Amino acid sequence: MLNLHKDHKNLVLLAFSVFVTLSIGVAIMPAYQMEGYEPIPGMKDLTAQERRGLSIYIAEGCVGCHTQQVRNIEMDNTWGDRPSLASDYYYSKQRMDVWRQSPSLLGSERTGPDLTDIGSRQPSKDWHLLHLYNPRLVVEASVMPKYNWMFHISDTSYVEIGDVTLPRSITKMEGGDVIVASRDALDLVAYLKSLQQFSFEDYDPPMAFIPALPKDELTAVGGAKKTIGASLYQKNCAACHQTNGRGVKGAFPPLAGSLIVNNKNPEMLIKIILMGYDAREEYGVMPALGENLSDEDIKAITDHERSSWGNRAPEVPLEMITRLRDSIGNSKTQ
Amino acid sequence: MITKQFIILLIQSSEVTTENWITSPGVIGTIFLIFLIVFLGIFIFIKRLNSYVDLLEKNTKDLTEDEFERRLVNLEEEEVDEILALRQKGFKEDLSKKKTITAKPKNSGFIKKIINPKNPLFDEKSRSTVKIEISKELKEIVIWYLGAAVVWLIFGTLVGQYVGMKFVWPDMDNTPWLSFGRLRPVHTNTVFWGWGSMAMVGLGHYVISRTSNSEIFSYTRSKIAFWLMNAAVFIGNLSLMSGINNGGGEYREYIWPIMALFAIGLIITFFNFYKTVAKRKISEIYISNWFILAALIWTTVLTFIGYFPTYQEGLGETVIQGYYMHQGVGMWFMTFTLGLVYYFLPSSLNKPIYSYSLGVLAFWTQMLFYTLIGTHHFVFSPLPWWLQTVAIVFSAGMFIPVFAGSTNFYMTMRGSWNHISKSYVLPFFLVGVVFYFVGSVQGSFQAFRFTNYLWHFTDFNVAHSHMTMYGIITFLMWACIYTILPKITGNEPPQRFVGAHFWLAFVGLFAYMISLMVGGTLKGLSWIEGNPFIESVILMENFWVWRAVGGSLMFVSHIIFAYNFYLMIRKKKVVEISRKQTLETQIN
Repeated sequence: MLNLHKDHKNLVLLAFSVFVTLSIGVAIMPAYQMEGYEPIPGMKDLTAQERRGLSIYIAEGCVGCHTQQVRNIEMDNTWGDRPSLASDYYYSKQRMDVWRQSPSLLGSERTGPDLTDIGSRQPSKDWHLLHLYNPRLVVEASVMPKYNWMFHISDTSYVEIGDVTLPRSITKMEGGDVIVASRDALDLVAYLKSLQQFSFEDYDPPMAFIPALPKDELTAVGGAKKTIGASLYQKNCAACHQTNGRGVKGAFPPLAGSLIVNNKNPEMLIKIILMGYDAREEYGVMPALGENLSDEDIKAITDHERSSWGNRAPEVPLEMITRLRDSIGNSKTQ
Repeated sequence: MITKQFIILLIQSSEVTTENWITSPGVIGTIFLIFLIVFLGIFIFIKRLNSYVDLLEKNTKDLTEDEFERRLVNLEEEEVDEILALRQKGFKEDLSKKKTITAKPKNSGFIKKIINPKNPLFDEKSRSTVKIEISKELKEIVIWYLGAAVVWLIFGTLVGQYVGMKFVWPDMDNTPWLSFGRLRPVHTNTVFWGWGSMAMVGLGHYVISRTSNSEIFSYTRSKIAFWLMNAAVFIGNLSLMSGINNGGGEYREYIWPIMALFAIGLIITFFNFYKTVAKRKISEIYISNWFILAALIWTTVLTFIGYFPTYQEGLGETVIQGYYMHQGVGMWFMTFTLGLVYYFLPSSLNKPIYSYSLGVLAFWTQMLFYTLIGTHHFVFSPLPWWLQTVAIVFSAGMFIPVFAGSTNFYMTMRGSWNHISKSYVLPFFLVGVVFYFVGSVQGSFQAFRFTNYLWHFTDFNVAHSHMTMYGIITFLMWACIYTILPKITGNEPPQRFVGAHFWLAFVGLFAYMISLMVGGTLKGLSWIEGNPFIESVILMENFWVWRAVGGSLMFVSHIIFAYNFYLMIRKKKVVEISRKQTLETQIN
């Protein structure tokens, strides 16, 4: 009929048309369907600065190592409270300009951590800037490239109001030199800080994560409290205070041997974790973690901090954390 | 230090076995496939070794005769008399005193010891290249394309090697245009659109012209396409290094004006090939041409869909990305390369393809199944569940074209294993064909939900892409180039260099692949256990070192290949010039 073995015209036409039909079915139609999704009510669009940051994020190829998708499987629970939805990408995945398409943010590899919720996990601007300037200043084992060309060295006397500088001691500046962040660095950090998973209270159970192991096995694996505390510390605190509790000189204070951590009365320590801390000039700002961590989490972390790296202080009573949280909540609402 | 880490590694892996992850079918299948590669390596090695041993024996015998003749011919008359006298004396003494002849071996001959002047391991075989006469234009265009491909291979893998080393030494440089994020797409796009594509189109010219038994429709158009496609790769890389990136999606990093150059090159090439096939002097269209023409059409459609500006807002872009990056491999590289193998494999063995119908089956199933599986790059993502399921189901369906293809190639090679000991062309084909089976099947396993759970986002993906783009495409390109280039230029590269190229590339790829597969698996398990992320970075450290070692071997093999290529195309020119000169001098 078609005589494909001898008629080149029919052969080529058939290969062309079947491929186009399949492509429409498997790519173009679903793409149109996905494009039709609307943003979650209450979600905010990116600001002009954050958009510029997104543009740098693409230009520097950050998507090569960082994903932005929380899959609906257990292990991804680390990266967000709920699996990502199509609507989450409404604002960020729009065509950038005439030349460049909508950014491929979902990514295909996690050489570095997922960034869906990096803005809430790490809200400190100082940390982000230092980390961009040289990742190994804050995360020793990091293999991320330095982005130090987004900063320049300037003399302290030339620094203008509004310029953002990095702590001089940690960046090992001598004389009057100081490192000033460029606009690119600030835009990129603004974008990274804007990456916060939009949370909405009443989401349905079907969005739960698929576990790797059956639930009962998971609890059995849990083991001692101490390891939970260590792993929570690693996730929430170690980026600044480091795994060894020694902090980063000139940027993040040490916890090993710290008077606040070792104080018999842990009130101050708990308050700092709940509300954040910005009392000391020489160190960066500590963000409030009260909303991210439950009372049990805080107990596990503080117990870990108070019993590691040579620290020896008694366990923290859970009631105290609950009481302090309530009193803070009350003072806020009043 | 290293031993300690090794022990830790052992403990870790013994711990995880208790969780039964290893009994998942996808994982078992993959382990089986890796063993297949090991056996392949051993098989080729033993075959080659065997032939060397044979050679050693043969050489020794031949040399005995040669040496005898040489000495005999070169003997002075007096020497001959002297020897003769000695022999006669020996015989007389023996007869008179009734002693055995062998009593005086000193006088029994003049060859005392044979020293083998040649190293049998690097024996040069007699050159038996059958030269194929083709038109000057065709030869020129094939060499143009292949030359460009070699340049891009060296550049692209140099960048790849550099980028791989950055995992071990992240502070190697602080130059913006050499930073990891910008160079990574330079590596992938260069080997994709530069090396692989140029090599395929170049070899495609030869296949289309030979199987249609006529000249390429227009060599001028071939050259225009050549410049357009190379310009796209060149400008594209410069723009990526200066920070102009389309959106970060794999193989879609060149912005549209640059990719348009490449697409126009594709369209020109398609019509050029199509018109050549149309004026063919044989009524049947050879199966290779099905694949080659289809690859060109499909990739043009693909580029168009991939870059079309509507339907790509929000996750629409992600659907297209999954479709595009998978088809870039499946409809362009795999399809085109299969077309080339359907011609070059039988031609290098001097026999027909095992089954023509299996080829036709592979063709249609390739189109049907490959097109539908792009979304398997986004399993568990917010893309529609039905789309993910279709992708997974048809990934399993990919077994059909893969089995059809590899059976066909294997049966064609069957009975010709002795070719392995004669040249490296068949080993290159064999590795490519086995990787075609292994890489594709492993890819399908990886699409299953559990294996995806374990391996997705880890370095295992990088291992898989090198297994396919390198193990399949690159090895088959080399096989085709070594098959055809000596025949059209009349110059064979020395076997020892081809052998060095083969073994460095093979061992390098194996080291690369295994280190990332093991590392990637451990990384996935670490994530499943819920360990802090940075631990998965720390545990990869040694595996990244081994990857860099494997990568270095691969890169060195490419330099050797480039030299072989130079030898294959160079000598001919010298001969031509000298002939011309001698003629000129004679006339003058």
